[in-house]
Amino acid sequence: MATAAPTPSTSGRTSVVRAGRSPGKLGNRIFAGISSGAGIIILVVLAAVALFLLYRAWPALTASREQLAEVGFMQGKGMWAYVAPLLFGTVLSSVIALTVAVPLSIGIALFISHYAPRRLAQGLGYLVDLLAAIPSVIFGLWGIQWLQPTLDPLFRWLTDRLGWIPLFADYQAPARNIMTAGLVLAIMVLPIITATIREVFLQTPRLHEEASLALGATRWEMIRQAVLPFGRSGVISAAMLGMGRALGETMAVLMVLSPGYLINFYLLKPGQHQSIAANIAAQLPEASGMGVDVLIATGLILFVLTFGVNLFARWVIARRAEFSGAN
Amino acid sequence: MNVKRAGSRRLAVVVATSAAALTLAACGGESAAEDQTAGAGAGSELSGSVAGSGASSQEAAMQGWIAGFMDQNPDVDVTYDPTGSGTGREQFLNGTVLFAGTDATLDEEELAAGVDRCFGGEVVELPLYISPIAVVYNLPEVDAEHLNLDPETIAGIFMGEITSWDDPAIAAANPGVELPDLPVIPVNRSDDSGTTENFTAYLSEAAGDVWTHGEVETWPIPGTQSGAQTSGMIDVVSGAEGAIGYADASRAGDLGTVAVGVGEEYVPFSPEAAAAVVDASPEGEDASDLRLTVDLARDTTEAGTYPIVLISYSVACSQYDDPADAANVKALLEYVASPEGQERASRPDVAGSAPISEDLRARVQSALDRITVAG
Repeated sequence: MATAAPTPSTSGRTSVVRAGRSPGKLGNRIFAGISSGAGIIILVVLAAVALFLLYRAWPALTASREQLAEVGFMQGKGMWAYVAPLLFGTVLSSVIALTVAVPLSIGIALFISHYAPRRLAQGLGYLVDLLAAIPSVIFGLWGIQWLQPTLDPLFRWLTDRLGWIPLFADYQAPARNIMTAGLVLAIMVLPIITATIREVFLQTPRLHEEASLALGATRWEMIRQAVLPFGRSGVISAAMLGMGRALGETMAVLMVLSPGYLINFYLLKPGQHQSIAANIAAQLPEASGMGVDVLIATGLILFVLTFGVNLFARWVIARRAEFSGAN
Repeated sequence: MNVKRAGSRRLAVVVATSAAALTLAACGGESAAEDQTAGAGAGSELSGSVAGSGASSQEAAMQGWIAGFMDQNPDVDVTYDPTGSGTGREQFLNGTVLFAGTDATLDEEELAAGVDRCFGGEVVELPLYISPIAVVYNLPEVDAEHLNLDPETIAGIFMGEITSWDDPAIAAANPGVELPDLPVIPVNRSDDSGTTENFTAYLSEAAGDVWTHGEVETWPIPGTQSGAQTSGMIDVVSGAEGAIGYADASRAGDLGTVAVGVGEEYVPFSPEAAAAVVDASPEGEDASDLRLTVDLARDTTEAGTYPIVLISYSVACSQYDDPADAANVKALLEYVASPEGQERASRPDVAGSAPISEDLRARVQSALDRITVAG
């Protein structure tokens, strides 16, 4: 970028800066090289992962029914019949997690950005970020030891009173159903979504907020008029970020859920659903040969799903590009 | 400005110091362990490293065996990674590990691949880990040391046909015990497992007209409570009153265990009873003097035998190209099969397994004597 151009000084004399002798040019080149290198490495790693998945999954995707019949855990199903319930379980647990986490996150972010006193807001923000530091195994243990016994009376009541609605039918202790898994996932994605939404809300133009207040709006009306519309695409991108984490979460779901391979909406019944990542973690230790290829094929499908979700999120944000603080 | 700079510099110093301290502590840990074992086991000439992997059922016993073996041979570094039987066999056959632990014996394809891996020699399979599988239940209110259950009753429970703990079938076997009016919650393993295979093999042999699903690695009944690996199974059974499951006996912990009906009596699990059923069983189809596979007689009615047993094999090569490998693996497996090794694994705080009989030990030793260097 630096060229040998005459640079006029304030006293009127010009001084020529010779190419190659200007200080910082070497540093400039090195830094440009390092940052493009880093960008290229990321692309290369992504491509390598995708190629690895495709390469190992290919035998399973092109296998005949007889070859798949040798794989014990597939129970005689074809590839797509095996993956469909897993895909359904993954999406269902993530949807439950988002349904619980997003409203909660919006509330926490609004409280931190607009309602709380400064000191409290900083402390609360720090505490929520701390939740993100907890490993997923710990969440799994917490789910088994504390959440399941705590939810047991609630679920029992739901089945006893509202059991005629299929959503709440057939609860059985311990609470190892997709609902509990969704709730644990909700706690896990809460910090990511809250942190992102909080940043977006803090970026609302002060002018808009003050204009709204000047027109006589209450604080809640100001938020509805100025903050929420501005932050809408940011909320969506935060939700998609959280969904990405929830889709791939393995250990917590593995420890908290009694799996099954069915497609239904019995949220409280154990042994109905399973997520792709938890299924891989459960079956891989004892799998060999074609079984490993089948599991990697399910991993490839999860990869494609997460990719698709992120693409959709980017498209939604791009539609409102002029308002987006994220880009 | 200067205060901020000083503050961030202090933080950097603290972080660097703690990183250095943690690194040094890690190094220090290793040398401390070496000091402890240096004194014992003088006079052993073996050295090198032996890596193994495979069945998680053998893990607790393996840790005990490794500790005992390394006491006697401090220059040999043995590791065992409980990756699961399938992964263990795969890693053994592709040369990643020198020996493997597996719940299921190698099939024809794997045996053929084994000859290539063993530099032309055959694969050695030795049943060195005999573990009772306990049927565990969570009924803290029941006032009996072991609940008595017939094979047909156990099969009925796991088929979902018996749904309440005060069912007449259970009450008939337990006179005088007050049974609660709780629903029975059968729990199974959610992953493919040698424990499931052995348990369902027992159910189909001892109660085949009730249990109709045969011997399977994957649980055949949908819609049940389940847990991943032995720890998951124990967690689930402990999580609800009235739950009943099956797991390696050494991990039963505080849960109650069933006394299984054999012939006319009810036998609770114990190492002696488990070893008794292995002795009473014929050898497997593809057995040879290097492959000591056993065909368990799970429907036995012999008194004092506990029929729900898991046999885990140690798989090694009869020929290695590196003389150190051959010597180390042979010495390790000799220790495992020895009376001290088997006694160590049978301790309740190690693995609670059943020591192998003298007869079996003699056959194992003659197989081990044939481990040599290839070429």
